[in-house]
Order: sequence, then structure tokens, then C-alpha cells
Amino acid sequence: MTASQEKVKVTYDDQIVRMFFHATLFWAFAAFAAGVWIAFELAVWQLNLNTEWLTFGRLRPLHTNAAIFAFAGNAIFAGIYHSSQRLLKTRMFSDTLSKIHFWGWQLIILAAAITLPLGFTQSKEYAELEWPIDIAVTLIWVVFAINFFGTLARRREKHMYVAIWFYIATIVTVAVLYIVNNIALPTSIAHSYPVYAGIQDALVQWWYGHNAVAFFLTTPFLGLMYYYVPKAANRPVYSYRLSIIHFWALVFIYIWAGPHHLLYTALPDWAQTLGMIFSLMLWAPSWGGMINGLLTLRGAWHLLRTEPVIKFMVAALTFYGMSTFEGPLLSIKSVSALGHYTDWIVGHVHSGTLGWNGFLTFAMIYYLVPKLWKTELYSKKLATTHFWIGLLGTLLYYISMVVAGITQGGMWRAVNEQGQLVYPDFVETVTQIIPLYYVRGIGGALYLIGFLLLLYNVYKSISMATEKPTDEVAEVINTNVKSEDIGTGHRKLEGMATAFTVLTLIAILVGSVIEIIPTLSLHKYVRSDVQVEPWTPLELAGRDIYVREGCYTCHSQMIRKMPSEVLRYGPASTIEESMYNRPFQWGSKRTGPDLARVGGKYPDTWHYRHMINPREIVKDSIMPNYPWLAQEKIDYYSLRKKLSIMKYLGVPYDDDTVANADLVAGRQAQEIADGLIEFGAPEEVRNKEIIALIAYLQALGQKGGLSKEDKEGDSE
Amino acid sequence: MNILVIVIPLAVIIGLLFVTGFIWAAKKGQFDDLVSPAHRILLDDLKENKNKKGNKK
Repeated sequence: MTASQEKVKVTYDDQIVRMFFHATLFWAFAAFAAGVWIAFELAVWQLNLNTEWLTFGRLRPLHTNAAIFAFAGNAIFAGIYHSSQRLLKTRMFSDTLSKIHFWGWQLIILAAAITLPLGFTQSKEYAELEWPIDIAVTLIWVVFAINFFGTLARRREKHMYVAIWFYIATIVTVAVLYIVNNIALPTSIAHSYPVYAGIQDALVQWWYGHNAVAFFLTTPFLGLMYYYVPKAANRPVYSYRLSIIHFWALVFIYIWAGPHHLLYTALPDWAQTLGMIFSLMLWAPSWGGMINGLLTLRGAWHLLRTEPVIKFMVAALTFYGMSTFEGPLLSIKSVSALGHYTDWIVGHVHSGTLGWNGFLTFAMIYYLVPKLWKTELYSKKLATTHFWIGLLGTLLYYISMVVAGITQGGMWRAVNEQGQLVYPDFVETVTQIIPLYYVRGIGGALYLIGFLLLLYNVYKSISMATEKPTDEVAEVINTNVKSEDIGTGHRKLEGMATAFTVLTLIAILVGSVIEIIPTLSLHKYVRSDVQVEPWTPLELAGRDIYVREGCYTCHSQMIRKMPSEVLRYGPASTIEESMYNRPFQWGSKRTGPDLARVGGKYPDTWHYRHMINPREIVKDSIMPNYPWLAQEKIDYYSLRKKLSIMKYLGVPYDDDTVANADLVAGRQAQEIADGLIEFGAPEEVRNKEIIALIAYLQALGQKGGLSKEDKEGDSE
Repeated sequence: MNILVIVIPLAVIIGLLFVTGFIWAAKKGQFDDLVSPAHRILLDDLKENKNKKGNKK
């Protein structure tokens, strides 16, 4: 504050904060309710109510997208718009951009809520939305960026508080990650194939997926933590120096950790090791942040007894510490060997989302209600009840899932003295943990009930307000942050230049990526003596149905290089096997068995009966029935376009197959249908989607991609 | 697999971006003062707190 001490009045835009605040509450309910519903779907398979729109495979992406982009997203925006204006001592750059940001984001969420249950999906986790929505997300994010950096340029406080740094990192990195991961070629308005195939797609996806956690669920919330914890406790952050180190170390290291989602897969070992090492390094900055947050309460611990806001904050920071301890732990290869594909990971994620993101948001909500509506919190007692119910719910969720995960992981790998699997039937390992699925569902329901208490509390608090909510007016010193360097005239311009630079950078990165990727080929890691056949047109149609139904949410297609996996599923998956797969379908969770080599294992009629009613084949199966697959017709029409795009992307289809894709598919479908009808399937089964799906399932693991040594099971 | 050719350099670029950002910020004097920024964010509410103290508890 070296410049003049002249004071000016600033009116903060609190209306936009209230809007994002309401949106947070609304979508939180949607996200939590969807979560509870699908949690119980795993315990009670009938809960999809025999409709295709409510299966776990389609609702799981809805739940994750709602939780991340709708609930957490709106909470982040509310917090950023509220705190940035006060930290930078200025109103947001443009009210219009704020409104476009708000309504654009809500429309995107609405589009997601409609398209995901309908089965429009890219099947890449947390990036399921199809390309038109992706473009909308990118545009709105750019609007947000311009608005934020514009505000930054107009700031009246030279020093940028550490929270602002975290917001900047969020905006820049999410843009890069989102764009790179979603580059795809459309085949129609509602469908696309990613430019990356197989292992490339897997690596880009988990580079994105991990950093979605890092830069959408961690850095913005750390920014909020650095603002709201000191504010609520009315104490300066424990160590400002530590917060700076925390920030720079965290953002630098996080970006590398993605490959820890692909340990023991076909990804080259050195990339796996790189991911594991950087994950382990994350321990330090993460805990630095947690300690910094908790110690901010030094001398104010008595508030923990009485203030629900502080209760939520302390619990949130503790969960942050626990999940950032557990994350690196799970990234160690030998731990991942046990935990990967199991519910342990689901538990781990939810200790972060329910405990850290959820509780910090609740703290922020309870803190903001009195300020935004010039009222008081209706009931601290109710908020405290919410805290305990929410905590109990989170713990039930977490503990049940860790126990389920370790139990199932242990059963999968159990091998007796004769070298045979102790639990060769996969379903045995499922029935074992069904009780825990109920416990998890109850945990989630408690969390939701706690949230309903918050809704009631907020509603009552707002109705207690005596005056209409207004924008806060603050008197601030009119510091001209650029006056020492350039002068008034340039201030705005230079600020815009910063935003401009960021946008240019993004443009450059995108341009380069689009340009370089098609020119690269897979040959380096692909063994020349290994042949792979591309999917036939019918199999491709079946694969798209597999993707649409979200089969990957419960079934992996990646046999890891571990003896117990090879015993159960066959030779470990190779790089070559997925080299034409767009999108890759390795999956991240095995609620059902791996399907990488299911082809040829059972006759067609087995699959037919199993899809109509899985329990006819596997008595204790928890998979829902898929009767609509035997009613809806195969989309032959789009196949030519799809194959030509695949060919363009480098899949070796001959021109004949592309030009006659629909006819080729029809012929293969007829053969399969003939066989099914012979064994008692109704005549109507002809040309139905189930035929294409069976063609695909029967082709899994049958397209080559294994060398002679691979086939001999020589994997360890 | 050659996507590593993209993703690793991209990770390096993003990493360098942050390092450059750090150097730039440090040079700009953002981190010269490690004491008062932590206190400053609390100041804007002082007046308000005083006013509200009565009805807050």
C-alpha cells in the first residue's frame, strides 16, 4: 500500500455468489441422491426399475459428474467469486461474464443430466460428456478465466494472497487437461471417437482423471481453505511461508502422478514407476497443507466445541490429510496390486469427496449464509447434528468400502498349495461383500439426511433475514497496483494481456496436440511379430453399445501382470490388444469379472440368456437385466461413417469393408441370430442390439495381440 | 504408446509454467512479505465484527 491512501467505496457482487450458492445446494442434492441410489443398486440389483436409463452403468457417470462438476464446481465458483473480490478489493471484472458463466454452467449440467442417462458417453471417467458439451464447457471455462484474470488486473491489493494462487492454478490447468483429454472426432452430434487409442487413451485419460482430482477437487478447495479457515477462526494462517511452499510444491508434483492408476497394466514399467514416485512425493506438500490449515486454529481450539463451521473445517482438513496419506500409499505398486479394481479405491475417493470437499463446502455454506443474507444461522444445534450425522455417514461409507475392498482383493488373489484359485467363481467374492454394500448405502443415506438438515437450516436462516439481500459495500484504499511500474493507463491493458497470454498458451497447446497426435504411430512399443485384427463392423457396433451401457463401470478389460490374475483370466493383457480401441475400456473397478478374454469362453446362447437375466446363469449375480438390448434395433446406418473415421484414425480397414460396413455387419448378425434361434431364442432377436453386443463379447481376446510366449502364460 | 511423447513434455511444460510463474511472482515481490498478507485478509471484517459482536453470540 505504497500508493495514495485515498479511499474508495467498492460494491462487491454478492448476487452472483448467492446464485452459485443456490446452485450448489440444488446440485448437491442431485449428486448425493444419485449416489445413494446407485450405492443401493449394487446391493439390490432390481433398483434400476427395469429401465435402461437408471442402470448403474449409466447413473454412475451421472453421479460422478454431478458430484464433481455440479456440486463441487458450483461450490468452488461461489467461494471464488466471494473471496476473490474481497482478497483483490474490487468487484468482479464483468457482471455480464459472471452471469454467462453461471447460466452456461447450469445449462451444461442440465445437458449432462439428460444425456448421460440416455447413454451418450465417451466412457472416459469424469470426461464422459460428448463433444458438443465439451465445447460448451471449454467456452464457459474461458469466460470464467477472462472474468477472473480481468478481476486480477483491476485489483487494489498488490500482494496476491495464497488463495488466489490456488485459483489461478485451477483455472489454467483444468483448461489444459480438459481440452487435451477430450480431443475426439465426431461421428454424429451425439457420438465421437477419441483420437487416442488403447494405451494412449488410457494414459491421457488418467493423466486427466488424476489431475481432475488434483485441480478440480484439491487446488480450488485449498484456496477456499486458505481463505475461509482463517476467516472463520479469525486468526491468520499458521504459516504464510508454508502456504507458499505448499502451493508451488503441490502444483508442480501433482501433474505427474496419473500413471499410478495404471500399475501392473500394459503401460511400460518406467511410466508406472514415474507415476508411483511422484505420488509418493505428494505426501509432503499435502501434509504441509493439512498441518498449516489445522494449526491455523492454534489458540482458537475452543471454537471447535461450539462452532459447527470450525467442526466441519477441522474434519475436512483431517479427511484431506487421511486421503492424501492413503493416495500415495495406494500408489505403491504392491499396495495397488491388492487395492486396484476393488471398493477400497471407491472408499478412498469418498473419504476425499465426502470428507474433504463436502465438509469444507458445508463449512463455507454455514459461514456464508449469515453474511450473504445479513442474517444469523437459524440453529447451530441443527448444524452440529448435521456434522455428526455426516461424519457417521462418511465413516460408515469409508470403513465398509475399505473392508469390502481388502476382503475382495484378498479373495481374488487367494491361491492354494496346488496353485489353484481358492475362489474360482467370481460371484463368491461378490456375495461376500454384499452386506458391506448395504452398510455403504446406509452411510451415504446418512450423509444425505445430514445435508437435508443443512437445507432446512439455510432455508430458515434466509427467511429470518429482515432486509433484502444486497451487495456488500466496502471502503478500501484505492491502491493502484501497477502505478509503480507503468502508470494508470496501462493497468487495464496489461491485465487483459495476462488473460490474453493464458488463452494464447492454451490455444498453442491445443493446436500442437491436435497437430502432432495423428502424425504419431504406435509402432515403437508394438511388437512387429504380433498381429491384431480390427473389430468387424458388427463387433464395433456392439462395442459402442458396451460403451453406451457403461459396462466399464463394473467390468475391466485389463488383465494385470500378476499370477492370480493370469490364473483367473488368462495371459496378461498386452499393448497390442487394445491398439485399435477407441475409447479404451480398461475400466477401473471390478464389480463383475474382467472381460478382456471372455470371448469364446461361453456359447452365444449363454450370453443371450445372461443379458436377458443374469441370474438364470449365475444364481447370485448382481448385474441388472438388459432386456431392452433384445428389443432395440442395431444402428447399421451409422457404421459406414464410424468405420471411415476409424480408418482415418489409422485402423487398417480395407475400403470394401468401410463402404459396405452395414452389409458386412448384417451378414454377421444373421449368422449369430440363426444360431440363437436354433437354441430357442425368439425370431424377433434378429438385428437387435443384443446380437451386436454378443459379437463384440465373443471377439474379446480373440483378435490376436499375443505373442507365442504371452500365450504360454509366461507373464511373471 | 507414443502419447508419452505428448504427455510427458506437456507435464514438463505445465511444470515449467509453474516454475516460471513462481520466479515471476517472486521477482514481482509477491513473497517479500510473509507476515502481513496473512493478517490483512482478516482486517476487512474488523469493523463489521465490532458492529455485529452484540448479536453474534
